[in-house]
Order: sequence, then structure tokens, then C-alpha cells
Amino acid sequence: MNSTSSLLIIDDESIVRDSLSKWFHEDGFHVGTAENAAAALRHLQEQRWDIILLDIKMPGMDGMELQRRIMEIDPHATIIFITAHASVETAVEALKRGAFDYVTKPVDPDHLSHLVRNALKQRGLALENVKLKEHVTEFSRIDDLIGESPQMKKVYELIQTVAPTDTTVMIRGESGTGKELIARAIHSHSRRKYFPIVTVNCGALPEGILESELFGHERGAFTGAQYQRKGRLELADGGTLFLDEVGNINMKTQMDLLRVIETQQFSRVGGNAILNTDFRVICATNKDLEKAVADGTFREDLYYRLNVFSIAIPPLRERKSDIPSIANYFVKKYSQAMGKQIAAVSSGAMDVLIRYDWPGNVRELENAIERAIVIGKPPCIRPEDLPFLSPARNSANGSGTLALVEREHIAAALTENRWNISRSAEILGIDRVTLYNKIAKYGLQRPA
Amino acid sequence: MTSLIHIINASHLPDSDLQPIADAVERVFRRPVRLQRRPLDYERAFDDSRGQFSSGILLGQLLADDNLIGRKEIVVVDVDLFIPVLTFIFGEAQFEGAAAIVSAYRLSDEFYGLPTDHAKLLTRLEKEVVHELGHTFGLYHCHQFECVMRSSTYVEEIDLKQSTPCLECRRLLDRKNENSSLPEIRLQESL
Repeated sequence: MNSTSSLLIIDDESIVRDSLSKWFHEDGFHVGTAENAAAALRHLQEQRWDIILLDIKMPGMDGMELQRRIMEIDPHATIIFITAHASVETAVEALKRGAFDYVTKPVDPDHLSHLVRNALKQRGLALENVKLKEHVTEFSRIDDLIGESPQMKKVYELIQTVAPTDTTVMIRGESGTGKELIARAIHSHSRRKYFPIVTVNCGALPEGILESELFGHERGAFTGAQYQRKGRLELADGGTLFLDEVGNINMKTQMDLLRVIETQQFSRVGGNAILNTDFRVICATNKDLEKAVADGTFREDLYYRLNVFSIAIPPLRERKSDIPSIANYFVKKYSQAMGKQIAAVSSGAMDVLIRYDWPGNVRELENAIERAIVIGKPPCIRPEDLPFLSPARNSANGSGTLALVEREHIAAALTENRWNISRSAEILGIDRVTLYNKIAKYGLQRPA
Repeated sequence: MTSLIHIINASHLPDSDLQPIADAVERVFRRPVRLQRRPLDYERAFDDSRGQFSSGILLGQLLADDNLIGRKEIVVVDVDLFIPVLTFIFGEAQFEGAAAIVSAYRLSDEFYGLPTDHAKLLTRLEKEVVHELGHTFGLYHCHQFECVMRSSTYVEEIDLKQSTPCLECRRLLDRKNENSSLPEIRLQESL
């Protein structure tokens, strides 16, 4: 027993409270006693108790009702019922409601001692489990998504909204915007988070292979199928199936996939047995699926089945305020991985990163930082570590005079901040009056 | 020598059986120990429905003695003791208090249908007397298997432990003694 273990005795008979209190006190427990439900609830508000010994029959609120209240305060409360008159019905009811065990007075001291020891052990494991789950949740939350721009905050809100449901989600965004990260965030906030998320890159697999990947195959189903193999649909059972680049699936597989999503049943390639599976579908595309439906290259019924809840990830160029935090995240990640003492991005280099348009989005930014860490020297990344971000590729820095560059930079800041003058001025490092003058000077106009 | 720990014999055991126990108590607690006989009102402590004797009521009889201040008393009985929630107890003590009680009733092999082994009974009794007195000196249950302060809920557990405290409990006991108003006797190292 842990010397700091605590035990709360709830019984209306003072002689029971006193004798149990004394007995457990000698065992080194921190013991509390309560003569009724009100006193017990007061004790529970004040501190968390490892073990609760609860008399089932008390005047006023009885033990069963009090158990319900206790579980509301501490869902992991370990309750042992004690009673003078045991009945199978009440014992079963108490256990059904989550009590650890049930003893009848008088109880054998050896039995009580073992019971409490086991209860402590189980409570320790339960609390450890909760901590580990919280750790896993925290780990995935921190690792996955970076960015505090209004656009990304909207995306986070959508993730929080849809994650706990089992709704099919369609994630749209340009290549490199982090669609898979969004899918993983949805999965890790869903009730399926302790089951796998299985990714299928539909664009990377040829037609026949994709079918086999999804559905699995029986031995001898086709040339080279020497063994039976489980498909991704089976592997995703209980979890989430993430279909990346879903717009690239051929018509036949589209039909098969639609059937599986609707029935949650399928057969392996070359097999007849009907297999049941239970997964949530999240898909992603950078294609214009509406156009594909109109062109007849994507099934309309599958489109509607997949496009139940849509999340659009803005390209990086439309949320430039996120660039510093994303860049710093990758600096930390790659400097640690490469064992280099590069801890930051210099203001000059950050300026280069912010000015650039990032057609390859976050993935391109990650590659740029990784490369800069390889060639850069401590203590920070400098502009010369980013030569590959050629000015020729950057529209904001494309050509012309200083005035032109300034005009485009101000225009970009205003667009990024939805023409919020105070915020744009703050980001540009000038006061609001100066910004108004420059807007007038360059003839910039708020979009309709 | 001032008698600061009293062992009250309220059982059918002869005092000669309890004298070695008194000596052992003196060695462990480093206090003068006096062995005496005193009757208890067993009738008042008897519970008809259980056929057992209330440990609390018997202990209360010791505590009712006004002369108890300044000393510790442990009473040895040979009746079956209980506290309301438990089916039985071997003994009970006032934690950091003045009184304790121990019963020889469930310490004898005869109780478990085995042949009489009087020496074993006295050894177990000695351990339980030291154990309960340990509580009156503020010692908690100890997790060391051989320590006398190890909690015993069945008789075989009593057999496993020694009649002396482990090093840690010894240290705690010494610390308690330093802070105690009871005069400590100096014992020979050989004891």
C-alpha cells in the first residue's frame, strides 16, 4: 500500500466509522469519515479519495444514489459497498453501476485487507491509463497542427465540430497544405482514436493494385498472389480509413468503394466470403471534384456520399502570419534531428520566408527549412541559407522598383489581414496614418 | 524501577506464562514493565448475536481507570474479540494512546483443530502484545515481512514475523521515545 493512500468511510453508524477508521489508520491510510451523504459530498469536493467505503443503507440519500453523485464528481472513484444485509439484487445493481466490490458486515479482516489492496492496485492502473491516454492525445495535438491565423482557427473549429461524430469528411486543399495532418487530427479527436487510421494514397497506386490494397486478396486471386492478404478496409476496422487523392480512383473501384461505405461489407479480391468492417471515411483531394462529376469521371453518388462535411485548408500564401510559427517548428524539428545548434530564423531570413508565395505550401516550407539547416551555421538561419527561394519565383518580389515592391507587400499584408488597418499596420511596423497614406499613394482598394 | 507499561492478565493463562512476554516487551520498548492481574466485566462486553466479546467495550474498561495517565496498559484476554465491521480481531490498540487489548483465543492451534502447542501460542501472544503496544507508541503497520508491526489478518502471518521491530520501525520508536515524557530505561547492549 502507498503510504499516502486515502480512504473515505461513509456510514451512518458511528461505531462502524470509528472502528474502520482506526483499523485503516493503523495501516497508514489517510482516513476520512462521513456520517451521511451531505458530509460525504463535502469531503469529495475537498479532495480526491483513493478508496470509498460506502454503506448501502443510510437515512436520507441512500448509498446507491450517493454512488451516482460520487461518480459525477470523480468518474474513477473506487467504491466498495458495505452493508449489514446483503441481497443479490442490490449487489448486482451496485456492481453494474461501477462499484469495485460489495461486502457484508461483519467482514473477514483478511478479505477486507485484500479487497482494499486490490482496489488500490486497480485504481492505480486506471489512473495510469487515463494519464497515458491524455499523454497520447496531447502528443498528437501538439505534433499535428500549427498556425494561429483566423483561417486556421476556423479549420480547428471545424475539426472539433466534426471529430466526435462519425460523419464522412472531405478535406480540400492544394498539394502540401497538410490534408493528412488534418485527417489525423480528426481521427485523434474521435472516439476511434485508439484504433488505427489507415491511409490509402489513391493517386499513387495503379488501378489493379489499388483494388487489392483496399480489399485485400485471396491466395491465387491473380498472378503473384501467393498468399492471402488483408486489405486496408480490414486493417481500418474500428478506426478511420483515410483516402488521399480520392479524385484519382477509377470508375470500377469507385463503384466498389461506394458499396463498401454504404454496407460496411466487402469481399477480398478472388474471394466469396462477405467480411464485415466498421470504419469512418475521411478523404482528401486537390482536384475539382464537382468538375469531375460534371465530366463524368467521378460518380455523383460517391461524391455525395463522401462530401458530407467539407473542410477547406487555405494555401500558405493566404495565411502568411502562420509562416513564423511553422518555420520555427521545423527549425526545432530538423536542428534536433541533425544535432545542429540552430535555434531560430533571423529576421532577415524570416522576411524572405514571409515574402515568398509557397506554391508547394507547408511541404515546400518544410523542405526549405530542412535544406537551410543542412547548409546553415549556428545560431540561426540567415537569408543566404535560403538561396533556392529565388526572387524570380516570388511574385511579391518579382521585378521593378522599390516602390513596386512596397506596394505589393502592403497589398499582401492587407489581404492577409482582411483589410484590418490596425493589424496590418502592426505587422508592417508602421502606424495607421502612414498606412492610410500609403494605401492612398498606391491606389490600393478594399475588395468588394 | 517505575512501572510504566502494565501488562494486565485477564485470561486463564498463569502469570508465569506471561512473564517472558513482559521481559520481551521491556527489551523492545526499553521501559519498565509490570505484570498484574485484574478482572474485567466480560458480561457487559458479550454480544449475544455474535457470541463474541466487544473489543471496544473491554478496552473502554481499561481507559476508565483514572490512574492510567503516564503509563500504557495492555490487557491479555482469552475470549473471542470483535469490532462491529469485522468478523474477529486478534487485538486492538489506541493509536498513540494509553491502552491496548490482545486475545489469545484465536492464537492457539486448538482453535484451528490442530494439536495443542502451548509454546507456539505464547510466541504468537508475545508478537501480538508487542504489535499492539507498538501502535500505542505511534507505529503504523509495516510492509517488512519479518517486522513485528506487519499487519496479520490470519495466524500463519503472525508465525512469519519476528517479535521485534525492523530497523526502520526501531528508528521510529526511538524517535518517539526521545519525544516522549516517559522516562526510558537504559538497557544492556546484550539485551
